[in-house]
Amino acid sequence: MKFLDEYRDAGLAEQFARELHRVTTRPWKIMEVCGGQTHAIVKFGIDELLPKEITLIHGPGCPVCVTPLEMIDKALEIAARPGVIFTSFGDMLRVPGSTTDLLSVKAKGGDVRMIYSPLDAVKLAELNPAKEIVFFGVGFETTAPATAMAVYQAAQKKFANFSMLISHVLVPPAIEALMSSPNCRVQGFLAAGHVCTVMGFEEYFPLAAKYRVPIVVTGFEPLDILQGVLMTVKQLESSRAEVENQYSRSVCREGNLPAQELIKKIFKVVPRKWRGIGEIPQSGLGLNDEYAAFDAEKKFGVAESRVEESAECLSGLVLQGQIKPHECPAFGVKCTPEHPLGAPMVSGEGACAAYYRYRRQN
Amino acid sequence: MEFNPACPVPISQYPHVLLAHGGGGKLMHQLIGKMFLEAFRNPLLEPQHDAAVMELPGKKIAFTTDSHVVRPLFFPGGDIGSMAVHGTVNDLAMAGARPLYLSSAFIIEEGLPMEMLWKIICSMRDAAKKCGVQIVTGDTKVVDKGKGDSLFINTAGVGVIEHEQKIAPQNVQPDDAILVSGDLGRHGMAIMAVREGLEFESKIESDSAPVHEVVLDLLKAGIEIHCLRDLTRGGLASALNEIAEVAGMKIAVEEKSIPVREDVHAACEMLGLDPLHVANEGRFIAFVAAKDSERALEILRRHEVSANAALIGRVVKKSAPLVTLKSAIGVQRILDMASGEQLPRIC
Repeated sequence: MKFLDEYRDAGLAEQFARELHRVTTRPWKIMEVCGGQTHAIVKFGIDELLPKEITLIHGPGCPVCVTPLEMIDKALEIAARPGVIFTSFGDMLRVPGSTTDLLSVKAKGGDVRMIYSPLDAVKLAELNPAKEIVFFGVGFETTAPATAMAVYQAAQKKFANFSMLISHVLVPPAIEALMSSPNCRVQGFLAAGHVCTVMGFEEYFPLAAKYRVPIVVTGFEPLDILQGVLMTVKQLESSRAEVENQYSRSVCREGNLPAQELIKKIFKVVPRKWRGIGEIPQSGLGLNDEYAAFDAEKKFGVAESRVEESAECLSGLVLQGQIKPHECPAFGVKCTPEHPLGAPMVSGEGACAAYYRYRRQN
Repeated sequence: MEFNPACPVPISQYPHVLLAHGGGGKLMHQLIGKMFLEAFRNPLLEPQHDAAVMELPGKKIAFTTDSHVVRPLFFPGGDIGSMAVHGTVNDLAMAGARPLYLSSAFIIEEGLPMEMLWKIICSMRDAAKKCGVQIVTGDTKVVDKGKGDSLFINTAGVGVIEHEQKIAPQNVQPDDAILVSGDLGRHGMAIMAVREGLEFESKIESDSAPVHEVVLDLLKAGIEIHCLRDLTRGGLASALNEIAEVAGMKIAVEEKSIPVREDVHAACEMLGLDPLHVANEGRFIAFVAAKDSERALEILRRHEVSANAALIGRVVKKSAPLVTLKSAIGVQRILDMASGEQLPRIC
């Protein structure tokens, strides 16, 4: 396929791999931040082409995985209410809360619908004036502009029957949290290409300088990832800690300015709890006061709950890159995609699910 | 929907199906007589007995059943009627049988437009004719509005086995060649595109089609076939895993050799789906003796329905069941069944 097969060429992949073997002299631990990259690494077997000195650590960049249990419980509670049409992206539907998941709420009669764009939820609000339409706004900076646009349109059209349960998160504060942790093993980062398509990469310069860590904005195809790793290793081998852009066919330094404007207009930066990691200051997006009427948490008055994660699930350590998925004792035994104990086993982008799907014999 | 004046709806006084059309009275008899009997007419159906009585040539028969549920009822490249015929014909073909007779049971939701029902019946009639099978018995039920999804069709089928080959997963041998009959993922993506209102540059049409003729040709040519499996729900990945499981074999396939049309591939990439997990309605895999693989491929490619057939891999050895895929960049990984329904990714 044009613009895709070119980035999956076995011959070129081998060339990158050879170059990596040539330049690598010491062990390096590199974290790919984004779940999409984790998925591609495991699906194509990219890590198996790398020199044994290089360890890829799978970061917390799967929005489904880091959405806290409490938020999923709130979604379940709202979705079960009569008169509500609860809308969500597909892969949130199977994520277990503390008791059940959205697909089960649907099976019991809740009106839960999978949509492809938050704007579809706005359309539903228009078509169903007697119903309350709620959208589960989840994701990183990549999906934030679409969520913001939906709120903006609903506000323009004065839809009183539209609201959002928002659990948007931001990448740079998560990198900061990881780097400032005393257990941190990460020496270089592949930053998420799609996040940077929206946000640019200006905000990574202070991080690279403060923690003396190379950050390479990287795409999602096998050759992108191999080249991103190569650029990171070259920096590490020559003791540089810079921000570089591998994904220049999509990302420019300042990013998508109209999209950023829209995000700023609709959202404010708030503290946010990350599943498996805990609360990270200034790491999430919440609605600006001007748009508070679209906040489903307030509208439906769902109670704050404190729920405990399964003690057997070590997804927190996986999400922080401290263990590999198959090093968790529950992996593949008590925890499978059919009976997940934690979110990384549910989402296609979750590190545990990716390992289970593509290489559980290891 | 187009209205064909050469094929007018035989029942004109009721534009929609009523509960009474399934009630056992005059309206039901009218529905059966004027629509089903009229369209499917053949000597075995004619007596309108409780069961069709038939003679079967040969000793061995294959018998199967399949229920068809699809939304929307009409989709690019087919409809529930033709699909209900193809599905059962293909199941029989996978046993190496020549399909002969089908039953058809309709569960109709009250309120279905009569014209739509007629169009589906006509589509079944045409599909059966094309496949050379007769619909010899049937049943009709009408359920309350809201208790069914417009229409469900069950078809059972009987076919005869006219060869001595054993075609079953248990018969798969190490070193068998694995052939796929054509490009993958079209049916699933066609349905998803209409159902979710997704627009792609080109229109993706379902691959719904009967495959029995090409299978019978393979058998006639004496190809040593060890197993056949149609690639419906769960796609290629499920079929390979099911067979590896039953046969107790390790199977290895190569991503690059698996045909997927560019538009289907692009649509899958956009939604975060894997074409190897997506459903097909006119595709199958054949496990054949390695010595016959080239000849089998030639025969497959002679038929329009399998013109893009390809050799995608082989059976490695007897072992704990495992399916591996050599990825586009040349690394081996597991090819697993999808768990549950495929859900598009967030970003």
